[in-house]
Amino acid sequence: MPKSIQDIIVIGGSAGSLPAILNIVDKLPDNFVTPVVIVLHRLRNVVSDMSRILSASQPNFKIHEPEDKERIKQKHIYIAPQNYHLLIEDDKTISLDYSEAVNYSRPSIDVTFESVAHVFADKTTAILLSGANADGAEGAAVIAKAGGTVIIQDPETSDYPAMPMAALEMVRGALVKTPDEIVDFIRQKC
Amino acid sequence: MMNDKREIGEDDLNDILLILKQKYGYDFSNYARASLSRRLDRFMDTAKLNSIYDLKYNLTNSKEFFAFFLQTVTVNVTEMFRDPVFYKTLRERVLPKLASYPIIKIWHAGCATGEEVYSMCILLHEAGLLERSKIYATDINPVNIEKARTGIISLKNMKEFTHNYIQSGGVNDFSQYYTARYENAIIKKELRKNIVFSQHNLVTDQVFNEFQLICCRNVLIYFNKVLQNNVFHLFYDSLAPMGYMALGMKESLLFTDLRFKFETVSNATKIFRRKA
Repeated sequence: MPKSIQDIIVIGGSAGSLPAILNIVDKLPDNFVTPVVIVLHRLRNVVSDMSRILSASQPNFKIHEPEDKERIKQKHIYIAPQNYHLLIEDDKTISLDYSEAVNYSRPSIDVTFESVAHVFADKTTAILLSGANADGAEGAAVIAKAGGTVIIQDPETSDYPAMPMAALEMVRGALVKTPDEIVDFIRQKC
Repeated sequence: MMNDKREIGEDDLNDILLILKQKYGYDFSNYARASLSRRLDRFMDTAKLNSIYDLKYNLTNSKEFFAFFLQTVTVNVTEMFRDPVFYKTLRERVLPKLASYPIIKIWHAGCATGEEVYSMCILLHEAGLLERSKIYATDINPVNIEKARTGIISLKNMKEFTHNYIQSGGVNDFSQYYTARYENAIIKKELRKNIVFSQHNLVTDQVFNEFQLICCRNVLIYFNKVLQNNVFHLFYDSLAPMGYMALGMKESLLFTDLRFKFETVSNATKIFRRKA
């Protein structure tokens, strides 16, 4: 039997977040097992190389866009497929959803964050990075309310501070960190 | 979507599912819960309902309210030539094979407001196959079917649809396929004449014909694995031997006991073929 998953890291980012995401993924220690879900705003109907770009930087983890109803596993990094919302079911499988955009975004960070909060509650670590709109703020607030940890990229270090700023306004008790501090925080978790 | 949401608990959800099933014959019990719960939440906001009690009361007592509920809770988002690479694969690898049949029967299951059906008709037309094709387009939602029958789509999306069409390998002037009128585009009647629209519920309705191609893209994602498997059985039984089945780009046969009865035509665009 595969080990049952207890905790999860979920990362949301938009404009200007790719360097921070690459840095986090690149520096995950070899003994790190917690599954990671990444929701990144991207163009629609354009073939995306995101999973290939990330895989190139991190050979120790299986990095891919999941298919519908895939079970979440340790040492896997899941990237929300372009043009779908990514939700988590109670049995810790992934459900995809092609409903209306939220905050002009599909995938929407809010949708995934809220869904993760329902299933993983205080076992959730959410990281919200640079971006030009307010997606992710409400979802981060739901995660914080459920007892999870919310880390927001220091707006000073964000190319597009609107997304971190919006989250800072909504989330009580969020940690504010630079990209390097975020990496350190994750490395300490294992 | 609000944070301090009236989260719908398991008991309330089961009550609602029971009302839908007993009063209206719609069985949502095997829909994927994460997205169903989110849709119900969203419906509460849209309908400005303050309590689950109001939702149950209105569902129990008003057919009109139920129609509104069905329209809002089911996902009706669609576009023309969505995932252009899928249509390119259809053009290059599926239609040439379908050309050998005297009559080509195609089923679009879960066609929403019809945009993907019109796209298929354009492909068939360009391949010279439309005249001997019959396209059955079905959806759970009667409002969608009515809209799809009109052939009307919003003009504001046409730029993106045109781009998709070109990406799919289309070489004609896309505007020849519709007539623009005010804010809308009407797909040419000639293209739509072989479509039969009707209501069909994948959860409860049965096989109704035999098809050379079934398209069911981004519908199964809203179902749990049990219901997905049931639908795969329905499709298998509805396909002619060597008939094709097309799913959404992130849907798979991983969770059906029939996976060995299909061969993969294109894994990237999720086109499969029933073994003989």
